[in-house]
Amino acid sequence: MSDTTTLPPTDETTDVNPVGGIDQAVGDFQYKVDYEFDAGTGLSEETVRYISSVKKEAPWILEFRLKALKTFLDKPMPTHWATTDLNNIDFSKIRYYLSQGQKPKRTWDEVPDDIKKTFERLGIPEQERKFLAGVEAQFDSEAAYSNIKDIVSKQGVIFCNSTEALREHPEIFKKFFGKVIPTGDNKFSALNSAVFSGGSFIYVPPGVKVAQPLQAYFRINAENFGQFERTLIIADEGSEVVYMEGCTAPKFSTSTLHSAVVELVALKGAKIQYITVQNWANNVFNLVTKRGVAHEDAEIKWIDCNIGSRLTMKYPGVVLKGKRARGEVISIALANDGQHQDTGAKMIHAADDTTSVIVAKSISVGQGRSTYRGQVHIPKHLKGCKNNTECDALLINSNSRTDTYPAITVRGDTHSVQHEASVSKVNEEQIFYMQQRGLTEAQAMSLAVNGFVNDLVRQFPMEYSVELKRLIDLEMEGSVG
Amino acid sequence: MSSLEIRDLVVALTATPDKPIVKGLNLTIKTGEVHAIMGPNGTGKSTLSKAIAGHPDYQIISGDVILDGKSILEMEPDERARAGLFLAFQYPSEIPGVSIANFLRAAVQARMAEGEELDATGYYKKLYGKMDMLKIDRKFTSRSVNEGFSGGEKKRCEILQMAMLEPSFSLMDETDSGLDIDALKIVAEGVNAMRGDKLGVLLITHYQRLLDYIVPDFVHVMYDGRIVKSGDKSLALELEAKGYDWVKTELAAV
Repeated sequence: MSDTTTLPPTDETTDVNPVGGIDQAVGDFQYKVDYEFDAGTGLSEETVRYISSVKKEAPWILEFRLKALKTFLDKPMPTHWATTDLNNIDFSKIRYYLSQGQKPKRTWDEVPDDIKKTFERLGIPEQERKFLAGVEAQFDSEAAYSNIKDIVSKQGVIFCNSTEALREHPEIFKKFFGKVIPTGDNKFSALNSAVFSGGSFIYVPPGVKVAQPLQAYFRINAENFGQFERTLIIADEGSEVVYMEGCTAPKFSTSTLHSAVVELVALKGAKIQYITVQNWANNVFNLVTKRGVAHEDAEIKWIDCNIGSRLTMKYPGVVLKGKRARGEVISIALANDGQHQDTGAKMIHAADDTTSVIVAKSISVGQGRSTYRGQVHIPKHLKGCKNNTECDALLINSNSRTDTYPAITVRGDTHSVQHEASVSKVNEEQIFYMQQRGLTEAQAMSLAVNGFVNDLVRQFPMEYSVELKRLIDLEMEGSVG
Repeated sequence: MSSLEIRDLVVALTATPDKPIVKGLNLTIKTGEVHAIMGPNGTGKSTLSKAIAGHPDYQIISGDVILDGKSILEMEPDERARAGLFLAFQYPSEIPGVSIANFLRAAVQARMAEGEELDATGYYKKLYGKMDMLKIDRKFTSRSVNEGFSGGEKKRCEILQMAMLEPSFSLMDETDSGLDIDALKIVAEGVNAMRGDKLGVLLITHYQRLLDYIVPDFVHVMYDGRIVKSGDKSLALELEAKGYDWVKTELAAV
């Protein structure tokens, strides 16, 4: 089934970014950076061996990586259902490993003024601005956040980067690693499995409720800010944890491919909330696999906000493995000119009385394109499963395009499934009404967009929702011609 | 004292510039005055108000609109609004997800100098004061602008915005339409409370009824894109008694 609202279709083979705007100015800045350890460009067995040896990994990890490489090379590009723009990724030109210890040779003075202004307007703290602009290789925020780390470690929580975790906690890591998302899940999860570095590892012991959200942000450095991070979060029985990653600042990026894998495991009665806000430069292919397994009475909630990038493909999922497990995906995507947000959610019901909720809102601006793909699977032998899916699209100006591909497979007759979809437009009359009250056209548009996502943004932590609002303001400013 | 001067104004739909709707209209409103424009449907009353506010569907073919000696025709709709022009819409738009409190706050903020911060406590104090005046429940502020509002609620919301934004000139387009008598009285009370030497009002209405509650200083009859007759409030009563056909016949006789 496909509900398509199409105004002139975009030609996928000639992908251009035709319209300038602040988002573009924000997105496209890059510097040439020299790195201390560098795997060079291109992908081969040698690259994978190099990465593994630099990281001084155990033999089983190297083996895992090499197997994954083979899977990656064997798998075709999924262009039978996804956009053919994927064929434009040149894997031979990508650097697969950049280590820490890089020393960029530029100063704050060399950072373009508009970038500085953007940081200022987004309210990014001074110290972080330098890192984001590539002036500083490492953003050392350990001091600022170290008491959070102290507090959680007193509760027995392990919170470190995945390289460290592989060395220091191999017994827990190995037990869950690659189990939620097998290497061969898709071509890009295989790629990540071959070359991963960075990302977080969290283990929360039984019954522990982590009071404050844990942030990836507190450890940002060259590696964590990389392209192929791997995150694994395990919430043991009855525990609770909230994790936040990303930030609204445009990312300094040396690469055009970001392909992360995030695995969550919520054991009996545990709760995990995973919050992402990302604003990619619009030359970036952002192809991420995120999935969690919720055991009996467990809850997993993904809150995912995607702004920017050339192409984002991301469908956070929950496998509802135990009775009464609950999965939720809240997704916001904003596609501006030259961008394609292909996002959605997957809910795999595998036990009785499981519940899943999907709320997806997309905004297409100018020639931006949004696609929603949802998969809900409820097999015949189960009883009492519920799914509620709502996907709403907002179009701003007549060139926008949005598509909805909901795949809902429900077998058995004791289930309850609801699906609602809507497409609306910010119309001229609304904009005029707001302008008549003294708001500029850009202010009016961003108010309309903020209104559209308001009920979802309220679920974000305070500082994220404030940043998100500012970011939408900036995006709308660039879209008014 | 401010003045809003409409000079030989000719307005057409942007799509059909060769078919004027307003055909050479002259009118000067000063602050402190309430003018009513009456006329049959399709005579260009609403077009006039929207064109003055800068609606993109309308194009000014010739003539001028002058606010305090300065033409506003080159200004964007939001600039006109900030210059002191308010349009109370006949059909106000819905803005899903944006609360009245936040919407008005943005509008108030838009009138402040760059870098100036809105005083939230003062803002809410003022807002609640105006709401009390208009007998609007406090819960109203958290509802999305006009979404799911009754006709009466929409009009009261327009008056509330007018009260908060304190324009020097308010164009009120068929503010009485869709109102029952109680709602009409509340709206009229609100407008009357705002009357004074800082506000000029242009009431656009089809019926005399509204003018029982908001008594105008001047009444103009609009017909076929022009003002064909002006007078004081008694003209409205005369119109009510004799009907618009009376104007037509009179015009034909001339």
